[in-house]
Amino acid sequence: MSLETLRPSPAFKDVLPIEYKDLVEHGPYTNRTDPSKQSVKVTDMGKFKEVIEEHPMCAGCAMTLFIRLVYIGMPNPEHTIVVGTAGCGRLAISQASVPFVYGNYGDTNAVASGLKRGLEVRFPNQKKDVVVMAGDGGLIDIGFQGMMHSWFRKEKFTTIMLDNEVYGNTGGQESGMTNQGKVLKMAPRGKFDKKIDALGLAKVAEVDYVARLAPTNPARVARTVRRAIMVAREVGHSYIQAYTSCNIEYSIPTPDVMKDAFAIEKERYGFEEIISPRAQEYLNEIEKKPKKKKTD
Amino acid sequence: MANVKGSSVCRTATDEGKPADWIPGSDKQTVVDPMEMFHKLPREKLFITGSEAARECMRRANIDIAIAYPITPQSESMQQAGYLYDEGYIKEYYRGEEEIGTFSAISGASRAGVRALTATSGPGLMRGMEAISSWPGARTPIIMLNMCRVINTPLAIQPDNIEMSFMLNTGILLLHAENQQDFYDYPLAAIMASEQVDVTLPAVVSTDGFFVTHARGPVEVTPEEFKLPPRDGWRSAVPAMDNENPPARVSRDAPIQKSNFISYHMHASWQQEVFAAVERSAQYFRKYLGGLIEVVNPGAEDLIIASGSAVSQAREAVRQEGEQGRTVGLIKIKTIRPFPTKEILEAVKGAKRILIPEFNQAGWLHKEICSVLYGRCDAVIKDGPRVFGGMTMPTEMVMEALADFRKEVK
Repeated sequence: MSLETLRPSPAFKDVLPIEYKDLVEHGPYTNRTDPSKQSVKVTDMGKFKEVIEEHPMCAGCAMTLFIRLVYIGMPNPEHTIVVGTAGCGRLAISQASVPFVYGNYGDTNAVASGLKRGLEVRFPNQKKDVVVMAGDGGLIDIGFQGMMHSWFRKEKFTTIMLDNEVYGNTGGQESGMTNQGKVLKMAPRGKFDKKIDALGLAKVAEVDYVARLAPTNPARVARTVRRAIMVAREVGHSYIQAYTSCNIEYSIPTPDVMKDAFAIEKERYGFEEIISPRAQEYLNEIEKKPKKKKTD
Repeated sequence: MANVKGSSVCRTATDEGKPADWIPGSDKQTVVDPMEMFHKLPREKLFITGSEAARECMRRANIDIAIAYPITPQSESMQQAGYLYDEGYIKEYYRGEEEIGTFSAISGASRAGVRALTATSGPGLMRGMEAISSWPGARTPIIMLNMCRVINTPLAIQPDNIEMSFMLNTGILLLHAENQQDFYDYPLAAIMASEQVDVTLPAVVSTDGFFVTHARGPVEVTPEEFKLPPRDGWRSAVPAMDNENPPARVSRDAPIQKSNFISYHMHASWQQEVFAAVERSAQYFRKYLGGLIEVVNPGAEDLIIASGSAVSQAREAVRQEGEQGRTVGLIKIKTIRPFPTKEILEAVKGAKRILIPEFNQAGWLHKEICSVLYGRCDAVIKDGPRVFGGMTMPTEMVMEALADFRKEVK
């Protein structure tokens, strides 16, 4: 259905911009010959049309790369709705050709709870994936209560934290995810408290799939996103926490953004997955390699 | 729905212990045209509380999802919604984390294109106000029941409808139910009006807590085997966020999220359209409620204008005045938004004295009336009596105010 709404009427095709035609013909939508497979590969970036192209993010922003990879990792972008809140990320997210609910401050996980349940009622025969993608401040500070309760309720959507460890969009204030001692606006003597252990909280809430990563390995990002969304679709909640540095507020020279990502990954942001037994069982089932047919 | 054992959401009825041959209550009902339900179906008279009237209303409202959060005096109604979910009259139900979460979630549900209901009282309404005030701009049809209570410090749970004044300029459709009967009828009408394509707005039906919610009154209800038509998620001024339609550009455009002259114009025109939609809803309420106002003793020189419980007190004052040979008129305002300006201007012709009794300190209805009658009516307009903080308004109080008024304005 949704792909059909994207596909233009043949009569209008020649007047549509090339970008649109590219999206319809070479977009990252469900693999039409084998829906169990991804239609695009991260290693093919540049050879297919991404659902997000133009955006007003800062030059060298690691968050932007991560967001592009999230959209590539989505198993069914044509049946996905993204929910966000104020922050840098939404400037790019709102430009994707995937519907984006830009809600109030910190309301993402509550909105997503109602949205997902409503979609389940309205489309019993069509899975719709709901993905919250918001910043560290939007989730761990102002959105904390809604986030935690959606986790405890095991709401069937995915929370992705774009953790740049700062309020970037409002101009560089410390957040709950900022490291202790860091001098930022509103922390003139350095942040008093520790970075909040969001992964620990996710563990306590028994979130079914939890992952922490930095965007150093694009294929891994896409795979992690796919796993998280699939677990949310069929099992329970999933949470991804991604280090997406702010090169402006942390004064990382633009050419060194990825160098920083590798360094932070090595130091304290290594790839980690925490998977519940029932989520693992489900992932084993869908990721099972097809047995090679014996040839006579 | 595929479910893995142990997941707490999106469970089927059998997951929750219903027998395999269980038929949801809603499936046993027949959809009926709203005008048929409101004006033609036979009615049975019950003697029930306002909360029970809300339950009977919800039973017939074809609700897809209800999200609850307890607060006195609302709790009883949303508990009843829970029982209706258990009986299969409501398809999805849960208790939210608190009001911001609940009212955000209900907006998410509406964005999915389903009929969504919640309810609150005083402090809960204030807590969720950021979410509530964003519903109209998001063009989300939502029905919220509002059982009014004191909001100010010192904390009290008593009836006082000051909270309604906070919703006047949000773009929400706002109705004020006088009694248990209205609390049964108005939400049904509000649901149908709010989901019209040229409206697509949330609606709040307020009533005065305890006086209505916890007291019994006569309520005439339609047979429970009939329900309203379901919400049609495809018919909407702004498409549902279901990835079946291209989304409204308001959530996409970079310019609208930035500070520049394009964004100012886009925001301005978007707001103009919201408030124009409020006005357009009037035609539906006229049909469904038989008018935006009710007039008793038209043309009287002494006229009371009121909404909510104050109408009941004024009604009795009008009756007792009549017994003493004095004709006093009464205008009951059913819809606060859309405000019935045209109807009021017509109904005040002939009035010399207009008295506006209210159950709140600010006198918001008095201010509303003054703003539409200023320069367009010769009557003297007086506010009062005003009671608040849980006080009652004895009929004598209204009659004394009328007597004083007659002395002041000959």
